[in-house]
Amino acid sequence: MTVLTLIDAIKQAMDEELERDPRVFITGEDVGKRGGVFRATQGLYDKYGGTRIVDSPLAELSIVATGIGAALADLRPICEIQFADFIHPAFNQIVNEAAKMHYRSGGQWRVPLVIRAPYGGGISGALYHSQSVEAFFTHVPGLKVVIPSTPYDAKGLLKSAVRDPNPVLYFEPKKGYRAIKGEVPPGDYTVPIGPARVAREGRDLTAFAYGMMAHYTVLAAEQVAREDGLDVEVIDLRTLLPVDKTAILTSVQKTGKALIVHEDNLTMGYGAEVAAVLADDGFAYLDAPVRRLAGPDVPAVPFAHTMQEFFMPNPDKIAAAMRDLAEY
Amino acid sequence: MATKIFARPSARLKAEHLLEMFWLMLLSRRVDERAWALHRQGKIAFHISGMGHEGAQVGAAFAINRGVDYVHPYYRDLALVLALGITPTDFMMSLFGKKDEYSSKARQMPSHFGSKKLNIVSGSSPVATQVPQAAGLAFAIKYKQQAGLVNPDDSTQPRLALTCLGEGSTSQGEWHEGMNWAGVHQLPFICLVENNLYAISVPQEGQMAVSNVADRAAAYGVKGIWVDGNDVLAVYDAVYEAAQRAYRGEGPTLVEAKTYRVVPHSSDDDDRSYRSREEVEEWKKKDPILRFEKYLMDEGILTPERLDEYETRARAEVDRAQHAAEAAPYPAETDALDEVYAD
Ligand SMILES: Cc1ncc(C[n+]2csc(CCOP(=O)(O)OP(=O)(O)O)c2C)c(N)n1
Ligand SMILES: [Mg+2]
Repeated sequence: MTVLTLIDAIKQAMDEELERDPRVFITGEDVGKRGGVFRATQGLYDKYGGTRIVDSPLAELSIVATGIGAALADLRPICEIQFADFIHPAFNQIVNEAAKMHYRSGGQWRVPLVIRAPYGGGISGALYHSQSVEAFFTHVPGLKVVIPSTPYDAKGLLKSAVRDPNPVLYFEPKKGYRAIKGEVPPGDYTVPIGPARVAREGRDLTAFAYGMMAHYTVLAAEQVAREDGLDVEVIDLRTLLPVDKTAILTSVQKTGKALIVHEDNLTMGYGAEVAAVLADDGFAYLDAPVRRLAGPDVPAVPFAHTMQEFFMPNPDKIAAAMRDLAEY
Repeated sequence: MATKIFARPSARLKAEHLLEMFWLMLLSRRVDERAWALHRQGKIAFHISGMGHEGAQVGAAFAINRGVDYVHPYYRDLALVLALGITPTDFMMSLFGKKDEYSSKARQMPSHFGSKKLNIVSGSSPVATQVPQAAGLAFAIKYKQQAGLVNPDDSTQPRLALTCLGEGSTSQGEWHEGMNWAGVHQLPFICLVENNLYAISVPQEGQMAVSNVADRAAAYGVKGIWVDGNDVLAVYDAVYEAAQRAYRGEGPTLVEAKTYRVVPHSSDDDDRSYRSREEVEEWKKKDPILRFEKYLMDEGILTPERLDEYETRARAEVDRAQHAAEAAPYPAETDALDEVYAD
């Protein structure tokens, strides 16, 4: 086993998929010689050339739309959106086109497309380099939405995304690109899209999270175990759409309490769906109200350090929320 | 002058091809007229028509490798898709929203054409979304050729992507971005703009400050050409040259076919508020079908007897299609739940 950073695991997945299937290509802004602004595609241009590692015009709508066209023609595009904040011009193509193509053609046309985008705050990126955009897309049947939090999952899930016959949005917690490290086996393996992962077993309460917050939530669980003797189960949701209802219900059946953590703002965020799943099918399991720890309902993450820290959940805030819920 | 006429690609079309083109234009018109009648009778919920555009569409269809090259059409392209192999019964099934309708299993409104086996990509309602996707299809063609995944001369494979839209829809950013991709990568791409002077009620001057959409092609490094869209052979010639350029790897072309929609925008529109009856009547005199009919008669290719025969056949086909669609069952309610994802 080798220890890789999150971003190197992502790069390795793309490299191996490019190697495996000549139909796989990458397009996006600065993905070529520059290797991407975060260097997710570094070295791939030298290895595979400009036919397969394609610098796109500075136009997100067409990055996605041409990806859709190429996928319809049976290629396997990986489209990089430089920051999730800039995916909005492509919203129409993702929601009206990619998501609906299979359904609207009675199953005739499929869109095996991957859209990768770094998301999330805490990196002094302010309003337009910090957004969490997952909730816009988890509302859309026909899409799959994946957010890894470990290098192992990042590689395995990205490979599954490339091989999936549906459009997959693959959001990458950019604050964790280099901060999160983990063991990644070399060579081929996949992590299936769909099932959540028990990141830490526990009995006292369940904390649900994904992306950077899943990483923090594990740290917080360890902290409350040390300091308070609390035994928190952490579920890394990792696939947000389709929703893994079984994992949500199974864990809360055991623990009786649920905390949901995301950095996206609270209202209509992904946590609302997890809470609704528990209200619908897990009501009898609950010993406490479902709690959500999320970003505040302001338009986006502000720049100044003080306000940014206020916005972002972190291990201390998550630990406090865990203690609070455990006491209920 | 004579040499110029002989140089026209359409001069090489055999009589049987010319007659097939005429037949498809006529068939499309008769299917279309029936759809309006069915709507007036309250039998169908909606119709959006291609009447007036048949010359532009059939001319374009015959200039490409029909049923093989990718086509990403728009809602007005009834004659185009009939020329590609969609049948009147297919279309009637979509008007009535019947089970297993060919394009979408009756999930979409009528005229949202699509057929995998004919390489007609399923379209949506938001205008111009098909244009950058068609650039992606064309990109894939070039990619596969460069990667050695297909032979560039293999005419059993798609060698170009043709997409169509109205002049008003070229105001969308989607059109700009699609044209730009096609230009940047010099793709085997044809954008057919069916300029009928109106986008619902808004005239062309309200969409752009130039007289020809084709003039804007130069800004993308795309070859631009406009033709009389009511002259089926002029459109054939223009699209034929564009297709040959695409097949030779010489890049994208925008063909603007200037035409007119002789009916309201759709069954929900009343065009009397925004254009005069005189204007519509003037354009009806330039009807592409009448014009082609006259040409073929003058050339001795079409005879009155044969025209009668075509009319009888068209009527019978339309009747048969309507009856088949009326007799077909509706989808089961729970068919709404299927095919959200591909396996
Ligand atoms: C994005 C979007 N906005 C508005 C509409 C409503 N709409 C449908 S067709 C149309 C006019 C299109 O005109 P044009 O592009 O000239 O094509 P034509 O119908 O004249 O052939 C409008 C406004 C739509 N379908 N999509
Ligand atoms: Mg128009």
